[in-house]
Amino acid sequence: MTGAEIIIECLKAEGVDYVFGYPGGAVLHIYDAFYKQDDVKHILVRHEQGATHAADGYARSTGKAGVVLVTSGPGATNAVTGIATAFMDSIPMIVITGQVPKHLIGNDAFQEVDSVGITRPIVKHNFLVNDVNDIAETFKKAFYVATTGRPGPVVIDIPKDITAEKVAFEYPADIEMRSYNPTVKGHNGQIRRAVEMIKSAERPMIYTGGGVILGNGSEQLRTFTRTLGYPITQTLMGLGAFPASDPLSLGMLGMHGTYEANMGMHHCDVLIAIGARFDDRVTGSLEKFCPDARIIHIDVDPASISKNVKVDIPIVGEVAPILDSINSELAASAKPNNQAAIEKWWQQINEWRAQDCLEYDRSSDIIKPQFVVEELYNATNGEAFITSDVGQHQMFAAQYYGFDRPRQWINSGGLGTMGFGLPAAMGVQLAHPDAMVGCITGESSIQMCIQELSTCLQYSLPVKIINLNNGYMGMVRQWQEFFYEKRYAMSYFDSLPDFVAIAESYGHIGIKVEKPADVRPALDEAFKQKDRLVFLDFITDREENVYPMIPAGAGLNEMILV
Amino acid sequence: MKHIISILLENESGALSRVAGLFSARAYNIESLTVAPTDDPSLSRMTLVTTGTDDIVEQVCKQLNKLIDVVKLVNLTKDAHVERELILIKVKAEGEQRDEVKRIVDIFNGHVIDMTDSTYTLEVTGDSEKIDAVLKALESTTMLEVVRSGQLGMGRGDKGMV
Repeated sequence: MTGAEIIIECLKAEGVDYVFGYPGGAVLHIYDAFYKQDDVKHILVRHEQGATHAADGYARSTGKAGVVLVTSGPGATNAVTGIATAFMDSIPMIVITGQVPKHLIGNDAFQEVDSVGITRPIVKHNFLVNDVNDIAETFKKAFYVATTGRPGPVVIDIPKDITAEKVAFEYPADIEMRSYNPTVKGHNGQIRRAVEMIKSAERPMIYTGGGVILGNGSEQLRTFTRTLGYPITQTLMGLGAFPASDPLSLGMLGMHGTYEANMGMHHCDVLIAIGARFDDRVTGSLEKFCPDARIIHIDVDPASISKNVKVDIPIVGEVAPILDSINSELAASAKPNNQAAIEKWWQQINEWRAQDCLEYDRSSDIIKPQFVVEELYNATNGEAFITSDVGQHQMFAAQYYGFDRPRQWINSGGLGTMGFGLPAAMGVQLAHPDAMVGCITGESSIQMCIQELSTCLQYSLPVKIINLNNGYMGMVRQWQEFFYEKRYAMSYFDSLPDFVAIAESYGHIGIKVEKPADVRPALDEAFKQKDRLVFLDFITDREENVYPMIPAGAGLNEMILV
Repeated sequence: MKHIISILLENESGALSRVAGLFSARAYNIESLTVAPTDDPSLSRMTLVTTGTDDIVEQVCKQLNKLIDVVKLVNLTKDAHVERELILIKVKAEGEQRDEVKRIVDIFNGHVIDMTDSTYTLEVTGDSEKIDAVLKALESTTMLEVVRSGQLGMGRGDKGMV
């Protein structure tokens, strides 16, 4: 079997159904092997960045590793943004990059870059395969590393010559790496100490992140939170792990989080952090962060513990088994006698809630972006997969589409990659062909990977694009309004394209919506089109801002409400 | 504070750059770094000297441990350990200086390992303070070339690292 055929066999052995890629010289043997089989389907994107985001969306919505195949040189460098996006959000991904033949490596050959060197800081691990005999074992290792522990992208760089060499194929049944043994179960003593602290809390807060979703710990989190009746807030990456519609949920926290969530964080006495990493967009000023709290931190990555905020009880391991242990410990031990305090705490929280910090002008005769997201929720019964790009629309999506299930909300939280939304939606739609998939985007972000409209046509992906078009890079403009005295450096509104015409020229349906009354009918019409991509261009309020907001460097109790 | 971190890592191409890259990417300090294969050729042993607060060094160790190629890591500074560094110095040694340099190198239990009519090449081993002291003692001479190995370290006692 040739190296190229072995690669296909490895993918089959790992249960890969889709590979997102773009051909080129260094991977032509591999593409030839693709041509000769039907088991692993190849999705031809229009730009390698699109391939990585599509694989990423596939991974986020399924929990399986997304797989990318690109050629050497520019193929690999175009994939870099998507690899970094996956890395920052701990998404399992395998990126196969072609490399020039071994004898040319280091020669500044045509389409040669040091892919392993370039991607080193943005991967969980990477490999340069030097020998056709090593391909199978390398793939086994790569999938193992990418999908276990704290997941992440793994790059496999394969020189062209070895994909033509022949060797017998044997896929290792399992793999053991002496240098890689992620912790699964939490330390029992730490778990008992945590349970005691949890039961002693008078003003508790549960703060959860993307780790709960990555670690498939949603069920356990729901049991844990509902058993205790404690308030819970979720990070941008964690939304959906606990249902937004549950009264215990205070919504998102952080820079654009809710007033009640951030005030709750600031005033809590016990903070239970689960699969969250105390990111700067969440903590605000570290000096002012949770001044009265004792902190429990559950995380699979020991390096996340006490990185930004010192914690009192760290528990290293996977979220699901640890929460299982905590839940059974809670069930087996005496009920906490903090009821009175918890009741008082909820009273306080409900006062904060009464601020109604997400209220906006519903009587406006200009379309408010918040309104579009709310109507999208209504039109889809809150059941659609939602991907987003990066900026104001991303925050509006997070704030106003109440996510009730894990893996439903797909966005680039860590790296903040504009251009993520549309290709990610392609990956989601392929993985869930019958599901509603909406991509909430803005006129800036969508233009960064708009070429993927062509891919959507080729594979009949009926994604619905919800373009919140305010003619500005909205979040940039908001910061310029707040912090640069409205000096709107760099705007392009006089040169925006006709998005309806773009959609149509790519073979899709385009609808421009300019009045609030037309929002819902347009959404309904779009989702009625079960097998067509519909591009909805909503002309929204140009200078709407995302509120509430914590200015960079301020504490969580120092929010700007409106 | 200075910390000596001993690392066993897979003897694979790229492993060293993963470690070095981590330090530059996360703005950690490296004071010295030595690496060579061990008796087991599939493993390299690295001794890395870094400085930082205890919190930072803890992060350094955690991040190093996270590298897939790192098999084992010990912060030697935390427990009793021995450390050694080797220095080679090519120094001008003419006339009276010839005896003086020889005396200094004897005091530090070093050796002259090469010579010309006008120079000595000296070898001294010891902990870093001793090496610093040698350099200070030779300040009055003209040093043509200095090369330090960086520190090596090993925990005291009857246990090995693996």
